[in-house]
Amino acid sequence: MPLMNKFWIILSHTYMTKVKSKSFFISTALILFFIVAIANMNNIIELFSSEDKNKIAVIDESGVLFDPLNQSIESTNEDVELILYENSTDEAKEEVQEGELGALVVLSLDENEFPEASYYANNISDNSTESMLEQQIQQIKVVMATQKAGIDQQILADIYEPITFTKNALSEGAKTSEELNQARGIVYVMLFILYMAVMIYGTMIATDVATEKSSRVMEILVSSASPITHMLAKIVGIALLGLTQIILILAVSYVMILSKKDELTGGFFEYFGIQNTSVSTYVYGIVFFLLGYLLYATLAAMLGSLVSRVEEVQQLITPMTLLIIVAFMLSMVGINMPESNIITVTSFIPFFTPMVMFLRVGMLEVPIWEVALSLGLLIGTIALFTIIGARVYKGGVLMYGKSSSLKDIKKAIALSKKEK
Amino acid sequence: MSLVLNHVTKKFGNDTAVNNLSLEIPDSEMFGFLGGNGAGKTTTFRMILGLLDITEGNITWNGSKINYRTSDVIGYLPEERGLYPKLKVKDQLVYLGKLRGMTKSEVLTELDQWLERFKVPEYIDKKVEELSKGNQQKIQFISAVIHKPKLLILDEPFSGLDPINVELLKDAVIDLKNQGTSIVFSSHRMEHVEELCEHLCILHKGSPVVQGSLREIKQSFGKKNLIIHADMPLEFLKDYSGVLKYKKLAEGCELQIENEDLSQKIFSALQNKGFVRKFNLEEPSLNDIFIEKVGAAYE
Repeated sequence: MPLMNKFWIILSHTYMTKVKSKSFFISTALILFFIVAIANMNNIIELFSSEDKNKIAVIDESGVLFDPLNQSIESTNEDVELILYENSTDEAKEEVQEGELGALVVLSLDENEFPEASYYANNISDNSTESMLEQQIQQIKVVMATQKAGIDQQILADIYEPITFTKNALSEGAKTSEELNQARGIVYVMLFILYMAVMIYGTMIATDVATEKSSRVMEILVSSASPITHMLAKIVGIALLGLTQIILILAVSYVMILSKKDELTGGFFEYFGIQNTSVSTYVYGIVFFLLGYLLYATLAAMLGSLVSRVEEVQQLITPMTLLIIVAFMLSMVGINMPESNIITVTSFIPFFTPMVMFLRVGMLEVPIWEVALSLGLLIGTIALFTIIGARVYKGGVLMYGKSSSLKDIKKAIALSKKEK
Repeated sequence: MSLVLNHVTKKFGNDTAVNNLSLEIPDSEMFGFLGGNGAGKTTTFRMILGLLDITEGNITWNGSKINYRTSDVIGYLPEERGLYPKLKVKDQLVYLGKLRGMTKSEVLTELDQWLERFKVPEYIDKKVEELSKGNQQKIQFISAVIHKPKLLILDEPFSGLDPINVELLKDAVIDLKNQGTSIVFSSHRMEHVEELCEHLCILHKGSPVVQGSLREIKQSFGKKNLIIHADMPLEFLKDYSGVLKYKKLAEGCELQIENEDLSQKIFSALQNKGFVRKFNLEEPSLNDIFIEKVGAAYE
């Protein structure tokens, strides 16, 4: 039988057994559930929040402050309702303690005829209500003070008018700050997906190889198909599994976005820049994603072939996990300062390239030769690891020992060597 | 059609696992590998399968090297159970069968027949981990032969089986041989090799110490076993020249003698001394040969 055929048999076996497995079903269902939940967050919050507005009692000792405060709060803040309270302060405090009132504000005028206020609530951790009230009272004070000084309200309005401040990048092709913000959002999302995918599927490959090895079925597998065919088929099979999951997630997200289009435009989407990011960012995203996956998957398969028992997998892939975490941390730092030296330098180190270089091309205008160089280094490293990995794999799958360590790489290569 | 090992040597670093092993296994033959633990049997099998590279010498099958293009005509039963514990018997064998070039329906037809033959048809939808060790071995055996290999390598096929199942598997092996499959198998159970193999090789620390056809090996060994049942004391035979070993039995004794001719002299010596109920000259058992050869190699 042609060797290619065996590749497909192993690939489809890997894919099908995983897709049909309970763990895949449960994890995918959970993720989809969360997406639907997040998309419907508004409805869910409404479901749990009480219909009542936050009632705040106001005792106005001055007699003139309640009306202007009430007016401005009514026009700006829908969630808060002010009530002019007629009874004594002590009674009001009691009602607050019993929970019938949200809070109590006592307004008065000081010796300069300016407003002052005391705020009472069961706890003062809900910062937003207090600061909102404080701001509104501050504004009333400003109005009162300027009136007293005889300043025209129009002049005041002019003073508070925000200035026009536009940021302009002079370097040709540099992104405008608006574009940069958008790029940051999409880069962030893609980095996160890459990080998760490499972590999850890398571990899955290593565990899978280790399982086949510890159950000794590997010896039969490598007697019917070459170790390199087996390794590559495994890597591609699990990649397809990952794609299946990602496509499912994207499809559900897309449907959610369509159905919630009106509610969701602006805010979130503008921040994450999904509305108008350049096509090149997506292309780079896919290229770096695939190459990043391949690099770490090869590494994972190689490490997985060294262990004798499945329990040892975690221990042996720790160095790989650390590399991924460092890459992710670097890119998280870099997302706020993409032009720093450390980001530029690390974007050429193959283990970090998929994340850090992607971050740079996503956010900056990187010379094409730099991208090409980093891609070249990355592909070269993948090729190198495939060759070493296949070697280690061939020896590793036949090697059984009490404990496994990275030193076994040497032993495994020696075992698969032609001449000694 | 034959498997030829030509001066094969395998070294791991400075350790020699297999040393200058040459043999030829003709078509439709069963060849036995004997040897203690660590003698190099599994290493030899892995080299035949191409899992390990050969340090010196070469191995050919029908005149050409064995590689992944020929793997569809080779069956392998490893010493340790090698199956997916979580997978159903059916899925398992469909996968392994496909890897040996079969289609799914071919696998299922063959699988039904084999399970029927081994009297376990109800296992088809069971997970391997739910089966007993002996039954797992049956499944393992089916996975090695389901694609009707031309060359079958069995590493300790009968270990962990009860006598009834050993017979079932032995019959299956003999049938395969009669259908033209060359079979190489290893065991440390002498009686299995004695019963099944025309040719054999005893490995000790990687080197072949005895090699050839079973009959030749026994003949060239020279020594014979003599069993005598008689009503008189036989202790005097212990000091008879040419008697190598003396073992007292309930009804007489068992002797190992230097050569066949000596039995005539003993026969004459026993005459007129009393009633002899049994006088039996036997070929040495493989066990005797193994202990002698490997024991000698130890010294």
